[in-house]
Amino acid sequence: MTTIQERVTTTAPVVTRKKRDWSVAVRVVVLLIASVFVLGPVLWTLSTSLRPPSESFQLPPAFLPLNPDLTSYEQVFKQLNIVALVVNSALVTGLIAVGQMITAALAGYAFAHLKFRGRGALFSIVLATMMVPAQVTIVPVFMLIRGVGLSDTLLALIIPAIPTAFGTFLMRQYFMGLPGELAEAAAIDGASPWRTFRSVYAPLAMPGLAIVGILAFNFHWNEFFRPLIMTISEQNFTLPLGLVSLQGNLGTGSISVVLAGVVLSMIPALVVFMFGQRALQDGLTAGTGK
Amino acid sequence: MSTATSTPTGTGSEPGRKPIHKHTQPSKRGRMQQRWLPWAFLAPTIVGMGIFTLLPIIASIALAFFRWDIISAPTFVGFDNFAEVVQDPTVRVSFINTIVFVIVAVALQLGLALGLAIMVQEKLPAWLRVFFRSAFFFPLILSAASVSIFMRYLFNEQFGVVNWLLSIVGIPAVPWLTTPTGSAAVVILVYVWQNFGFSFLLFIGGLASIPVETYEAASIDGATGWRKHWFVTLPLLSPTTLVASVMAIINALQVFDQPYVLTRGGPGDSTRTAVMVIFESAFQRLEFGQASAIGVILTLIIMAITAAQFRLSKRFVFYQ
Repeated sequence: MTTIQERVTTTAPVVTRKKRDWSVAVRVVVLLIASVFVLGPVLWTLSTSLRPPSESFQLPPAFLPLNPDLTSYEQVFKQLNIVALVVNSALVTGLIAVGQMITAALAGYAFAHLKFRGRGALFSIVLATMMVPAQVTIVPVFMLIRGVGLSDTLLALIIPAIPTAFGTFLMRQYFMGLPGELAEAAAIDGASPWRTFRSVYAPLAMPGLAIVGILAFNFHWNEFFRPLIMTISEQNFTLPLGLVSLQGNLGTGSISVVLAGVVLSMIPALVVFMFGQRALQDGLTAGTGK
Repeated sequence: MSTATSTPTGTGSEPGRKPIHKHTQPSKRGRMQQRWLPWAFLAPTIVGMGIFTLLPIIASIALAFFRWDIISAPTFVGFDNFAEVVQDPTVRVSFINTIVFVIVAVALQLGLALGLAIMVQEKLPAWLRVFFRSAFFFPLILSAASVSIFMRYLFNEQFGVVNWLLSIVGIPAVPWLTTPTGSAAVVILVYVWQNFGFSFLLFIGGLASIPVETYEAASIDGATGWRKHWFVTLPLLSPTTLVASVMAIINALQVFDQPYVLTRGGPGDSTRTAVMVIFESAFQRLEFGQASAIGVILTLIIMAITAAQFRLSKRFVFYQ
């Protein structure tokens, strides 16, 4: 997989020096304005959460938290069982990510390097399931979960999310990029097919697995629709659900408290953004032909 | 010993490649192990998909022909669910809302993404390019629910930052979340704010793959500025534009989180979307048959749009 970074080329317009400088300046100004509109709301959220609740609606707004005040954060811990929400979100997200990495690695390897009847057809079916909107399958899945007595548990959120068509597709691509000669060499050394996968291919596929894990983490940490349906009692809520219910409980009285919760929920996503941005971008745009 | 013949491994793009794992083992048990091994690797994914995707699709289609409220036994009602759903004013309004939403939001999203991508990819200091790319990508990592929560405060009629900004320019307070038009505008703006970065990334990738020589040739022929983009960038970018628009439309058709948190579908039914109606009829009114019928209709629409787009692309997309 070539990264976007590697393929970036700039198109140097052949124009006179003076005109080019002017056009670059105009473009930078336009792009800066766009960035302000994109980042402004997030900065406002951060700075409002760091002010006492009484100053929530202060206008003109402050975009920089100059005198940080942690009252709102104390309030969030008092009004919302935020520890439980974080634990639930972390459990659900972590287990889905690990489950997807394991199952996608196994299936992707089989589709890339093992021979069996119906391989092409089966892979087409796997790809086709990507086209199905979640809302269509949610009712029967809900019934099924209810039927096996798992309704209103975290497992109801975790288990159905583990089989991943997109992850399988990504891992198949990744394994195809690894030479088949490795398997031959391992076979000559007397390694079993399972050992070949475990000791030779799986370690080499770690970068691909990281992409699957990061994508799963990002998607399920932010997920709202499925938890809204699958969880009933507050002790099983995940973060987004808890925040929305907090917003409902408080009206608009102390919005800085709600925003403090929002900021807390963004922290893990921010960490992923800092360290896994390239992987996230590559993963999101993988399989789109470019 | 292995007698496997080596086949040249390509880039992995040709699907019918000969697999390499063919080291024949002398014992019968070894051969047996070979035969079931791939299935052991596939089992978790295939079984999981069977249970959580394939069976539910079949069940959903079947359920659309039954009336079922979980409490009593399901009764077969033929096409009644479809007939009721198609005549239900709320369902109709929600589908119209969804289509309007898709048209406006996708047009905004693609226009914004393409314009900004072209600007970022032209001559810029490298650190600025990295900064802008990260900034536009950033909203994608946030949860739509969280974004909708803080956007609600920003669009507050009396105290919101948006109306305060407008008042500086001399525009009177806009009743964002209290009027049908205002609410629809907020849902669209918030959705586009969060999602344009995805299309932006696709366009960046597409632009990066256009050879520099093409532009050099164009400028020798006297194309400058916007003409260069009109005659070179847009035609060469059309495959990317197709992919980006298909993905944007499919995603926008399934919009739920933003309208649910921002407006709960109101005021009235003005921001109720197709998926919201599926959710409400299934999990609030327990009309699982009707919910499935709406789901089947939505899926058919998604499939039709995807098929239509690829058909159109044969005529309008320019492949090098």
